[in-house]
Amino acid sequence: MIPGLAIILCFQLAGEIATRALGLPVPGPVLGMILMVAACAMRPRLTARIRPVAEGLLANLSLFFVPAGVGVVAHLALIREQGVALAVAIAVSTVLAIAIGALVFQWVSRLTGTTDPNAVKSGWGAR
Amino acid sequence: MIWSYLTQEPLIWLTATLLAYLAGTACSRATGGQSWANPVMIAVILLGALLSLTGTDYATYFEGAQFVHFMLGPATVALGLPLLDNLHRLRRAALPMIAALLAGSGTAVISALAIARAMGVEGTVLASLAPKSTTAPVAIGIAERLGGEPTLTAVMVLLTGIFGAVVVTPLLDLLRIRDWRARGFAIGVAAHGIGTARAFQVNQTAGAFSGIGMGLNAVLTAIIAPLALAVFG
Repeated sequence: MIPGLAIILCFQLAGEIATRALGLPVPGPVLGMILMVAACAMRPRLTARIRPVAEGLLANLSLFFVPAGVGVVAHLALIREQGVALAVAIAVSTVLAIAIGALVFQWVSRLTGTTDPNAVKSGWGAR
Repeated sequence: MIWSYLTQEPLIWLTATLLAYLAGTACSRATGGQSWANPVMIAVILLGALLSLTGTDYATYFEGAQFVHFMLGPATVALGLPLLDNLHRLRRAALPMIAALLAGSGTAVISALAIARAMGVEGTVLASLAPKSTTAPVAIGIAERLGGEPTLTAVMVLLTGIFGAVVVTPLLDLLRIRDWRARGFAIGVAAHGIGTARAFQVNQTAGAFSGIGMGLNAVLTAIIAPLALAVFG
């Protein structure tokens, strides 16, 4: 477990150092993730080392979100004040993003002939 | 005497955070994984109530909870694993994914900022809203860079995920989208991990593509959000 965690922390550290040194807009851990994908794609043995720890972290991803979420107690006044605007923005933009993303995927997939007959939802009339 | 010792140590709030999370996951399991019984939401409500009952401020709580918060960084790096596992599918559906990623990610950031700005939201709150469609650890990292409030961002991310997971099935049925890859990818881009969990409940292919969408969107939003905020901020 410790070697896997150490490897993951090294990628995070490399990401943090690189984003700061180069002034990149990407957060350090995101660059760390990209570096890890690149490194593991080249050396599959590295993936095996990381896998147990990475799977453990991802299985409990929601836990790590709790401390920041509790911070809502510090923002109750603001939510009372701007809650409606924020709720409308979140609801409308989420509906638009899901709809447009799925429509564009389907459209480009048909256009480029990369449809996958094994990945079609059944249940209502063809076409 | 004992209480004053406890309140000066991080141990009590670290323990409380883990117990609240376990209670949240137990509730979620008891309802059969209904999207409204979100474990994070339940844990946050329990801890929020506990803090106000004991008159503890957030800074004191965070002394203990920071150890859990720290793990967001390594967890973000770990998100590379599902990406790696699906690299072959990623290559095959590369063009539709790139197009849907740009469209979905751009829509999520720009429409949210435009609507909120038009309704009078600005400054820190607007910056905290910008990365709401990305997975929590990344959203918090982006918000910190934009001058947003990490805790406020966490709330926006949570609401976006729950809302997306609830509306996705009826919405895409209405639009007659039958391609599982398109359905999964779109929810992953728009509603991150909570959307991905929902996609895995419905279909394995949709779940895999949702995970890819979530990972790619984390990278793209880090680039788009500062640009969009410069326009609307």
